[in-house]
Formats: sequence, C-alpha cells, structure tokens
Amino acid sequence: MGIRLLINLVRFVVTYVIATVAVFLFMRAIPGDPAQIALGVNATPELLAKTRAEFGTDRPLLVQYFDWALGLPFGDFGTSYITRQDISPLIIDRVQVSLILVILAMIVALAIAIPFGTYAAVKHRNPSGIVVSGISQIGVAIPNFLAGILLVVVFAVGLGWLPANGWTPPGEDFADFASRVILPVLALASVQGAILTRYVRSAVMEVMSEDYLRTARSKGLGKLESLIKHGLRNASIPVLTVTSVQLAALIIGAVVIERVFVIPGLGSMLLDAVGNRDLLTVQSVVMVLVAITLIINLMVDVLYTVLDPRIRKGA
Amino acid sequence: MAEEQVLSAKNRRKASPTLIVGAILVAAVVLAALLSFIWTPYNPVQAFPADRLQGSSAAHLMGTDRYGRDVFSGILYGARITLLVGLVAVGIALLIGTPLGILAGMRRGITEEVTMRGADILLAFPALLVAIMFGAVFGASTLTAMLAIGIGSIPGFARVARSGTLQVMSTEYIMAARASSQSSWRIARRHVMPNIIGMVVVQCSVSFAIAVLAEAALSFLGLGTPPPVPSWGRMLQESQQFLGTYPMLAVWPGSAIAIAVLGFTLLGDGLRDRFDPKLNGER
Repeated sequence: MGIRLLINLVRFVVTYVIATVAVFLFMRAIPGDPAQIALGVNATPELLAKTRAEFGTDRPLLVQYFDWALGLPFGDFGTSYITRQDISPLIIDRVQVSLILVILAMIVALAIAIPFGTYAAVKHRNPSGIVVSGISQIGVAIPNFLAGILLVVVFAVGLGWLPANGWTPPGEDFADFASRVILPVLALASVQGAILTRYVRSAVMEVMSEDYLRTARSKGLGKLESLIKHGLRNASIPVLTVTSVQLAALIIGAVVIERVFVIPGLGSMLLDAVGNRDLLTVQSVVMVLVAITLIINLMVDVLYTVLDPRIRKGA
Repeated sequence: MAEEQVLSAKNRRKASPTLIVGAILVAAVVLAALLSFIWTPYNPVQAFPADRLQGSSAAHLMGTDRYGRDVFSGILYGARITLLVGLVAVGIALLIGTPLGILAGMRRGITEEVTMRGADILLAFPALLVAIMFGAVFGASTLTAMLAIGIGSIPGFARVARSGTLQVMSTEYIMAARASSQSSWRIARRHVMPNIIGMVVVQCSVSFAIAVLAEAALSFLGLGTPPPVPSWGRMLQESQQFLGTYPMLAVWPGSAIAIAVLGFTLLGDGLRDRFDPKLNGER
C-alpha cells in the first residue's frame, strides 16, 4: 500500500512539472515579447529594454521558467504585464468563489444521482426506472450554460423568485449569498447529476449481477437490504472514479457558468485576462486549474487504495 | 465478401430504439447543414433593422434577432459550423489517439507508460482550457476551436484503442500470428485494427457529442467562430440580454445544441450495444 501511494505521489509530481513546462512554453515561447505586447508596436527601443528589465523578460527563458514555476506552489504567481498588479491575491480571492460553486454543485449532483441512479438500476425493467434513465439521458445533452439560461428564464425572469445574476461573499451577507448561489449551483448540478445518474445506474446494475448479491439474497435479505449492505460499497468504486473526472469537468464548467451569472470566480478572471491579452495571468490561472485537477486525481487514487481491499493488499 | 456476411449478420439483429432515435437526430442536423449550402430562407448574416426582434411568423419561422437577422437561417447555417468543428476535431483525435493507443497496447513497457502518462497529462487540459490558451495566444477562430477540441479529445481515443488492443493481444490467434513471425505492423493492420474498429467508431460518436458541446461553449464565450458567421453558442449568448422579453431567442439555438448532442450520444450508445454483444440479452 505504501509503495502504491508513493508511486501515485511521484506520478503526480512528474505530471505537474511537465504540465508547468508545457503551459510555460505555450504561453511564453510562442506569443513573443511580452514587453512589445504591453507597449504596442510604436514603443522606442529604450522603453522596450526598460520594460523588459522591469518584467524580468530580458533574462534567459530557463531562468524565467524557474522563477515562475518555483513560485507557484507558494502562491506566488508574479506581476501581470498588463495591469502591473500582483496576480496572487486576486487568484486566492477568486479560487474561493469557484471552489464554493464547484463543491456545492458536486454535493447537489451526488444527492440527485445516488438515489435516482440506484432507483433506475433496481427498477430497470419498470416504466418508472426507464423514465428516470430517459430524463438523465436528455440531461446529459444539455450544456450547463443552457441549463443556466433556462433556470434564469423560469426562476428569475418568469417567477421572480431569485436574482438573475451577481455574487455576494457568504461572510458578508449570507441570505443574499444563498439567494444568488442557488441558480448557478443548480445549473451546474442538474447537468452533472444527470451524468452521474447514468454512471450510478450502470455501477449498481453491474453489482446486482454479482454472485455475492445472489448469496445475500438467498440468505433471506431483501433486494434493497442486500444492495445497501453488500452492493453499494462495491458500486462506489467506479462511481468514485467518475466523480473525480466529473469534479475536474465541473471546475471547467464553472468557467462558463461564472460568465452566465456574472460571478467573480477564476473563470471570469481567466476570460477577462484572455480579452486583455494578459498572458501571465492566463498562464497562472490555467496552471491553478490544472493543479486543482491533478490534486483531485491524486486524492481519488489515494481513496481508491483505502476503499478497495484488492488494491490495498497489492493484488 | 466477408464484409457482406458481417453486415447481414448484424442486420438480423433488431436495431435498438436508442440507435434509431440517435440516427434520426444526427441525420436531422446533417440535413440542416447540407440544406444551408443550397438554401436558407434569408441570408443568415444580413440584417433587416426594420424587422428586428419579431416572434415566429410565416415570414420568419423562428423569428428574428436584435439586428433583424432570420433565426431559422442562422440555425441552419450554425449546423454547418457545428459539424465542421466536430468532424475536424474528432478527425484529429482519431488519427493521433488511435495509433498511439494501439502502439501502447502492443509494445507495453516504456512505450506504454510514456504514451499513457502523456494521455493523463492531456486529460488535465480539457478542450475548453486548451481553447482558452489558444485564444489568448492566437486569438479566437474556428481553426483554434477545432484544434483545441481535437487535442482535448486525443486521450479518449488513446485509452479506448489501448484497452481494445490489450484484449486482442491476449488472444490465441495473435500468439499464432506471432509464432509465424509476422511483423508488428502486419499484426496491427490485419488483426488488431479490424477487432477494435467497433470500439473506435463508438468513441467517434461519443467524442462528436463532446465536441459539439465544447464548440457551443467556446462560441458562447466568444472563443469560437468569430461574428458575423452564425454559430449556435453565440446565438445563445446574444439571446441573454433578451431573456425577459424574447426567451425564444435562447430556446431555438439551445434546442439545436441539445438535439445535436443527444443525437450523437444516443448514436454512440446504440452502436456500443450493437458492437458489444456481452451487454445484450441480460439488459
């Protein structure tokens, strides 16, 4: 088990380092001189040289890479070439907003998917189970920003129950936060819930055909009872894998949803930076998103090892 | 011919409702795209300021937008953009991911480790993120959207091809082929590829659905096909400021996106049932 964890950790570090190199090369080597981009084509050579020295872009690429990459784990992302502001406090601020959205959405999605997916599996020959599967199928085909827009049309514009957009930090005014967070979370969670429902359904169906469930049933346990006692733990492993993949997808989905609901998260920051051609900010935010994805994957690998005795014992 | 035998054997099995519905929806999108080449009710980019923001009528089946452009014409033309981006993106992923997956499955060892780790790293860069990076460096265009979605879809193909190849490589006829010292290339071409083609076709359909979603998201964010060329995502984005007054402006492109994604997802599911006989019967 210890060796497995170590392998996972090494893989994580190697993947992370390669990802930083890839992002750095793409964002720094291809676009050309950041000083030129910041100052425009009419800048004098003296001003260019001065700005390059100020940005630190007159140093060799390798030095610049290490300067940037070694700062990342400590939350030091550098100073934007465009706004000339320190990026770090902004990112830390924004990442909290995005994480609130993503975590709430995942909780709601699982709360939808686990009961409905299990139901659809247990009742897969009944019309009610087929209806649940059908609805989840359609849900998968709806992009989250469309779900967001439809929710706004119904609950904000039509019924007037909730605000259509905007954001208040939960520490400032919790009631206002709650009213503003519901629609974006629902937009993310409804689609995500539909996707997860399908995976829960197939995982539970897989488990239901296993011999040990037949044994449990023959001992006199009911269908649901045997499933809860013996089946769900086994069904949880494939569901966990897919949840991690989907968590990463949610983080990216939040980028779009933040745009729909005008929420000041990492996604809005990223898209604004793209609009301003603020390459260092894009580079750093992209790396933060990638790092979050990789950390989630690492945590799932660790959880895996704990949950599945077959892996734990190194079989 | 052997191919005909295979086909007739498949035809004997009844097509599932999933496959039929999926095929119909996909066909509808393809027809809309083809139709846009020969006919649209109006020029989709031409503005008629006098006719702006009209509801559905005989003259404008789906009404008009804020510039007085015909929404139905835009939807037809948008199908073309959606399919073009999907085709190129899936093509890129298919041509790069599949050979890499087969190589990883046949060579094992270091080749496998490097290829699959590479796929893992790519997995941490979803299409949207790649597209945002492309958009920041090169500016947004249809080409950057296609490239980004294509690159983002490579790992899926690599994984499917590898797992299929691993299955094939453990069979007796491969051992026989190896014993008769056939070259790896010949084994890959004669034995591996025909056996994994079904899985790869399914992956194409599934990836196409994802590509349609990604393209819609990108053009929604302004990182896809630039205006004035109509795309479903941007039509949806432009509808946002009229949600209170003209919600149908969101419903039309939204439905178009959902139909296309649903079509390719169902088609993929239906094909998977067909190619994987294990799943038939008990389910």
